[in-house]
Amino acid sequence: MKQKHIISLLLENESGALSRVAGLFSARAYNIESLSVAPTDDETLSRMTIVTSGTEEIVEQIIKQLNKLVDVVKLIDLTESEHIERELMLAKVEAIGAARDEVKRLVDIFHGRIVDVTDTTYTVEISDTGEKLDAFLSSLSSIKIHEVVRSGAIGITNGENVLAC
Amino acid sequence: MELTGAEIVVQSLIEEGVEHLFGYPGGAVLHIYDALEQQEKLQHILVRHEQAATHAADGYARSTGKPGVVLVTSGPGATNAVTGIATAYMDSIPMVVLTGQVPRALIGNDAFQEVDSVGITRPVVKHNFLVEDIKDLATIIKKAFFLATTGRPGPVVVDIPKDITAQKTEFSYPREINIRSYSPTIPSIKGHSAELKKAYELIMEAKKPMIYTGGGVILSNASEQLIKFAQMLGAPVTNTLMGLGAYPANDKQFVGMLGMHGTYEANMSMHHSDVLIAIGARFDDRVTGNLEKFCPDARIVHVDIDPASISKNVKVDVAIVGDVGEVVGELNKLIEASDQRMESSALASWWQQIEEWRAQDCLKYNANTGTIKPQFVIEKLHEVTKGDAFVTSDVGQHQMFAAQYYGFNKPRRWINSGGLGTMGFGLPAAMGVQLAHPGAQVACVTGEGSIQMCIQELATCTQYGLPVKIINLNNGFLGMVRQWQEFFYDRRYASSYMDSLPDFVALAEAYGHVGIRVDKPEDVVPALEDAYGKYKDRVVFIDFMIDREENVYPMIPAGAGLNEMILV
Repeated sequence: MKQKHIISLLLENESGALSRVAGLFSARAYNIESLSVAPTDDETLSRMTIVTSGTEEIVEQIIKQLNKLVDVVKLIDLTESEHIERELMLAKVEAIGAARDEVKRLVDIFHGRIVDVTDTTYTVEISDTGEKLDAFLSSLSSIKIHEVVRSGAIGITNGENVLAC
Repeated sequence: MELTGAEIVVQSLIEEGVEHLFGYPGGAVLHIYDALEQQEKLQHILVRHEQAATHAADGYARSTGKPGVVLVTSGPGATNAVTGIATAYMDSIPMVVLTGQVPRALIGNDAFQEVDSVGITRPVVKHNFLVEDIKDLATIIKKAFFLATTGRPGPVVVDIPKDITAQKTEFSYPREINIRSYSPTIPSIKGHSAELKKAYELIMEAKKPMIYTGGGVILSNASEQLIKFAQMLGAPVTNTLMGLGAYPANDKQFVGMLGMHGTYEANMSMHHSDVLIAIGARFDDRVTGNLEKFCPDARIVHVDIDPASISKNVKVDVAIVGDVGEVVGELNKLIEASDQRMESSALASWWQQIEEWRAQDCLKYNANTGTIKPQFVIEKLHEVTKGDAFVTSDVGQHQMFAAQYYGFNKPRRWINSGGLGTMGFGLPAAMGVQLAHPGAQVACVTGEGSIQMCIQELATCTQYGLPVKIINLNNGFLGMVRQWQEFFYDRRYASSYMDSLPDFVALAEAYGHVGIRVDKPEDVVPALEDAYGKYKDRVVFIDFMIDREENVYPMIPAGAGLNEMILV
């Protein structure tokens, strides 16, 4: 059965490292739902979070193949344990008439913020799990969505365990 | 001492113990060539096409275990090398390829002879580097050799911008290297002790054991351990195409190669085994046939250095990650320390069954048709060379005939492109082998299709006095393509007929070599004897005009299981 996995890894902060990871996924036909990457407090390292899905066997292969890349320093499958997942979304939605109140109410329910306002639109910022962001978008139902930007998920384990060198 | 980047490249190679460098000059590597010209420790071999440089380095590596080293220029130099890099990658061959690059200031400007060599080679290397600072140059070369030769070996590319080769810096070659994200010895190189014990226990329960070994045994120089292991157990052994020679073909426990063109006894023993011991092999599709039907009754032990090879294609019961030689050595210790052995009556009846399969004599062929049979040529090659030649091959029917009929008794004697299946590999690989083993008998078993893919290397053989023997099995067809068209496309021989062939004898002579055409079976042995006798110091091209429509048997058709072979 296919399941969603969030793989978080420490990568050498070197040119070409990102393309090695991206190339691995395309070359081996692995699914990639989102990928986010940025430097860490240690400037020699980047932290990358990949959301993928696949059967147990496929995900096992993905992890082994990632570990084989020389630029991958450490790796964890966050979905194996308790973890915190966050994704940032910016959405520009139509806000005319009754929709102005309706959107504001939904944004409150989803613990988001309205960060830009025009006569006809609101720009909404929400940070939560991918599923919650999906739920927000579908709750808008008849309200027109002009634009959606999502960062892809990032994540970290609960408790005292750390992924570090 | 301050050296230029070019001198650092050359000195670093010398520090690594490199004696031969295969390459082709061009604009971006002129400084390096100039530095090469001013020293005598390192010999440069000028090939006639960059693809051949990589194949020659590959043959050198396969026959010695040392890394092959290549130097090519930027742009087309690098792209021409890609086929050879991919060939080495698929077969896990240690290789370091230095590519020239345009000066840093021009990178990304579509400069003359610029390509993104790091980008182009990324999917077919173990790792690659673009040198961005001359201060990193020596360290990167050290890392390249370390990566290429440790763990599961493979090719590593180092892309060096031209301006860096002209700059100067202080040179000292690093003694040690540490790459924090790369630990080829973890998990334990000897294998995890609990897994070793589990494997041992499972093996001892076997009633129908089968040992299946691949190129990993050769890469790890583990033949001795394998022979001891197999002989202590008394179990049958099969080798993959990449693993031939790891176990002596003339030993009675050897049941031949397995897979698509393997022997009936090897494939049937695989299919009916109850414990399969896979060592340094990767369950390639040409070996397993239809995965749904693969070894239905077997519990599987898999020994491999690469964790990613474990349970990739076939789920295994016991996995031991480690160096094959070390792991099999540990298993041998466990067996030696105990009185427990497999149940001997069960093993005896297993062998009885195997002998029945062997009695089918699946490799028999009719040698008395008046035409030259390719199988016959290979058997005679074995006899004339006393089974002791280094045999390289190209890809196609001749490759399978060589694998099936030569009978390799030693590792590193069978040199072929198993994974990528690269036509054009044979001749340059033979040059690399001959260079590494100057007095040895070297045969390039090829066909009239494959040989033309790198035939320009006949000139390189002349220049460096590399007396390889070319065994051209000429049937006027791209034989393996034609065979498939005969079986699966109603004999519509689309583009598999080789028209307008050159006169190979005249061609060989034009390059200054000996050319011999053989049309009759009775002339096969005299021609081979001349090649390895009176012409032993010359390149000899023997053009064997063989049976035009001979097929490679046995054969497992696509989608079938190992027990569903076509015998004749």
